[in-house]
Amino acid sequence: MELTLWTYEGPPHVGAMRIAASMEGVHYVLHAPQGDTYADLLFTMIERRDRRPPVTYTTFQARDLGGDTAELVKSSIAAAVERFQPEALLVGESCTAELIQDQPGSLAATMDLGGIPVVSLELPAYSKKENWGGAETLYQLVRGLLKAQVPPPGEPKPDPTRWRAEGRRPRVNLLGPSLLGFRCRDDVREISQLLAGYGIDVAVVAPLGARPADLMRIPTADANVSLYPELAGPVCSWLERSFGMQTVKTVPIGIGATAAFLRELHGVLGVELPAELETAADGTCAAERRSRLPWYSRSVDSTYLTGKRVFIFGDATHAIAAARIASRELGFKVVGLGSYSREQAREVRAAAQELGLEALISDDYLAVEAAMAEAAPELVLGTQMERHSAKRLGIPCAVISSPLHVQDVPARTSPQMGWEGANVIFDSWVHPLMMGLEEHLIGMFRHDFEFVDGHLSHLEGASAPAKHPTSTATSTVTATVTATATAAPQANDTAPASIPGDGVIVWSPDGEAELAKIPFFVRGKVRKNTEAYAREQGLALIDSEALYEAKAHFAP
Amino acid sequence: MTTGLAEQPPLQLLKESGQREVFCGLTSIVWLHRRMPDAFFLVVGSRTCAHLVQSAAGVMIFAEPRFGTAILGERDLAGLADANDELDRLVKDLLERRPEIRTLFLVGSCPSEVIKLDLAKAAERLNTQLAGRVMVLNYSGSGIETTFTQGEDQALLAMVPLMPSSEVDQLLIVGTLADAVEDRLVQLFGRLGIPVVTSLPPRRSTELPPIGPGSRVLLAQPFLSATARALVSRGGQLLTAPYPFGVEGSRAWMAAGAAAFGVAPALVAEVLDPLVERGQRAIAPHRELLAGKRLFLLPDSQLELSLARFLQRECGMELVEVGTPYLDRQLLDAELALLPPGTRITEGQDVERQLERVRAERPDLVVCGLGLANPLEAEGIATKWSIELVFSPIHGCDQAGDLAELFARSLRRRAALSFS
Repeated sequence: MELTLWTYEGPPHVGAMRIAASMEGVHYVLHAPQGDTYADLLFTMIERRDRRPPVTYTTFQARDLGGDTAELVKSSIAAAVERFQPEALLVGESCTAELIQDQPGSLAATMDLGGIPVVSLELPAYSKKENWGGAETLYQLVRGLLKAQVPPPGEPKPDPTRWRAEGRRPRVNLLGPSLLGFRCRDDVREISQLLAGYGIDVAVVAPLGARPADLMRIPTADANVSLYPELAGPVCSWLERSFGMQTVKTVPIGIGATAAFLRELHGVLGVELPAELETAADGTCAAERRSRLPWYSRSVDSTYLTGKRVFIFGDATHAIAAARIASRELGFKVVGLGSYSREQAREVRAAAQELGLEALISDDYLAVEAAMAEAAPELVLGTQMERHSAKRLGIPCAVISSPLHVQDVPARTSPQMGWEGANVIFDSWVHPLMMGLEEHLIGMFRHDFEFVDGHLSHLEGASAPAKHPTSTATSTVTATVTATATAAPQANDTAPASIPGDGVIVWSPDGEAELAKIPFFVRGKVRKNTEAYAREQGLALIDSEALYEAKAHFAP
Repeated sequence: MTTGLAEQPPLQLLKESGQREVFCGLTSIVWLHRRMPDAFFLVVGSRTCAHLVQSAAGVMIFAEPRFGTAILGERDLAGLADANDELDRLVKDLLERRPEIRTLFLVGSCPSEVIKLDLAKAAERLNTQLAGRVMVLNYSGSGIETTFTQGEDQALLAMVPLMPSSEVDQLLIVGTLADAVEDRLVQLFGRLGIPVVTSLPPRRSTELPPIGPGSRVLLAQPFLSATARALVSRGGQLLTAPYPFGVEGSRAWMAAGAAAFGVAPALVAEVLDPLVERGQRAIAPHRELLAGKRLFLLPDSQLELSLARFLQRECGMELVEVGTPYLDRQLLDAELALLPPGTRITEGQDVERQLERVRAERPDLVVCGLGLANPLEAEGIATKWSIELVFSPIHGCDQAGDLAELFARSLRRRAALSFS
């Protein structure tokens, strides 16, 4: 049993629903108890869709358990096929149905369904989660549809540059975008436009907007672009193994990543690299000027962003991309990096190592909150869940990844990928921070009646961070993180701290007074550093002198 | 399968079964956690349960979560032996993090019910361990047993045994009310000369009202079947009345409370008639819009019969179909008597067939859940999403105008928008 206050991912059948609902002509019969239809709301409310998801639930109740639930599955399948006439059918179970083991997939296989392809989904709800379920569903569906097309072993692999011989433009598939993914709608648009500008066509976008017949056309492309490895990873590697299709793996989020993506794509397709994608002597390329982020970030107004401490958590794809943008393109200091995507843990660890950090791979919300408190950042880039912890700790926060809520499916165009995506990212990450002038003035004059400590006047009505969180973040679920977190005072806590193991370190009144003069967004870090310094020096009392000693000691 | 039951000739009562598009009882946590901020709701279930509750409530940002899920893993399913130890460990962790919690609800789910995890026993055991600090209660909010608001019924039912016994004369209002509505109703009962008015659930989970032979129980919500019976078995006297929606229902409801205390009808009229008159004035502008409009209610909360009665009698709407997830004839007797002859009432649901009827009838307004609302709007059918009705202050004469407005707003908005 695992205590979960917030879960980063839904159960795997929600991943399967994402695939079915993203596509056209696919229906999903889900063996599930009454009430599991709540998942429809994810699509009708969060994604604001104008139609019901293509899902038929058996919605069994307690009284059905005494009877024949298998018969209920069969009648639901028959009714769904007759009513919706799908081009392909998914059949699977939710967590409760998994316990009663009616084998709905096998039942469907014994039924006469007019010859439509039926994919039986095995999604272990007690060990796997939403993204895994989505990836598995996409993989099984594509595999089921393309099995007959797989060339025999030993056949030469198709050449990704065959477009030249065939006298046509090169074309690629965009794999991975789905409903409830982060900004997929606009990412697809942005990347399609980007590719069109370089004379590259898009063959199939899947699952978002694709029909089963479109999936059948996947092998006609010259390469696959894995836009969201969480969902497209397994299917891309199967297409690579079975059809010899190469996968473009760089995810084009951020300036550097977009340029690298384009270079990789040109390389795979054997298209000559345009001059604007060549790296100049100063490390820039002309194409990056298509985005405003590089200039906005270089302009003097952004100088105060230098070294801002940022904590990053999300799915692996968005977290890795964010770490690169934050550290290299915005000049932040990344003080924490982690992901709930266990399947991509290795990539996250590598990205963290480059930044001299140890990656936090966890789906335990409390462990993430504890790590956040420990890192005492000035900005959190995370998921909808991190907004809760950031509120508790009084730290500005922007959302960079699913899980998301309705405000992150905006009406306006807001991609994360490509040049325009970088523009969107610049605005949305800088927005929660205190503006430069205000930051200076609050550092100088601390007795104002309106612009008080922690006040962010450009966010109307934004209140100062909580001064005294009611309790420290503790969780015994992840013991190591917890131990440090318990010891770590809250970022904005002004109460004296005690450090277990080394006896109690006390702040003198003048030490506290001096600490209070530090601008609020770095105060947590200064407190930590000073206490570390005191411990190192064997000081039992921290006064104002000790604080300044520590400040000089830790000077960058 | 649709089979007609002709037990009450004036009404058409149909039972339907098939796919149901409703919430499970776990959803009740979304409002109960606000009613009793010192309580914590720990669901024992799967990731699906955790996902449900956070999808419903997660748009709010919580510095301190008031609910969570103990997610069962493969180890727990493999053998039940250590499930109890696991639960104890989890509860200990939770209470360390949240020492201010006074009442902990262990909430059963479909998975925990199917594997027959005995949460009642677990609650009993934890109560012994935590005696004096935290009260541990248990109820089921599983989808296989409960639909949406029935979760509240089960939660209140779990609290009934803890209510102190007392023979004191009191009026006990049962069912979650908005704070302001509760205050207002208590004040009005005071004017009627009823001195002691208490509420279940209370605002603080530790301040449970007493129960006993002196208690007259007035249900504010029609979905409290099990709670009502438990209160009766503890000596409470259950008053029957229509539910306090609209001026007519509210007046009859308050009058029933007054009658149980022997309040003179003249005083009742003196206190309530001005409210009725004012309430009718508040409804009037909405009635202008709603009168003659055809209404179709899909099953959701068991409030449907009461709302249909209000909208038909006080707002002049025509009832096409009134769906309810569950029909407790005893608790809804007074409402059934007020519905017009021939009203089609369906208990249960086959959502696809019901939607066929919606499309065939083309009603002017459909009351339905959020899984159906936007898709129906896209088909050009006006909707009022039903969940809002359990989150809004809609009880009492003073709220009758607001209640009518909730339905009129959908129609008014459609008329107000134009893009050409």
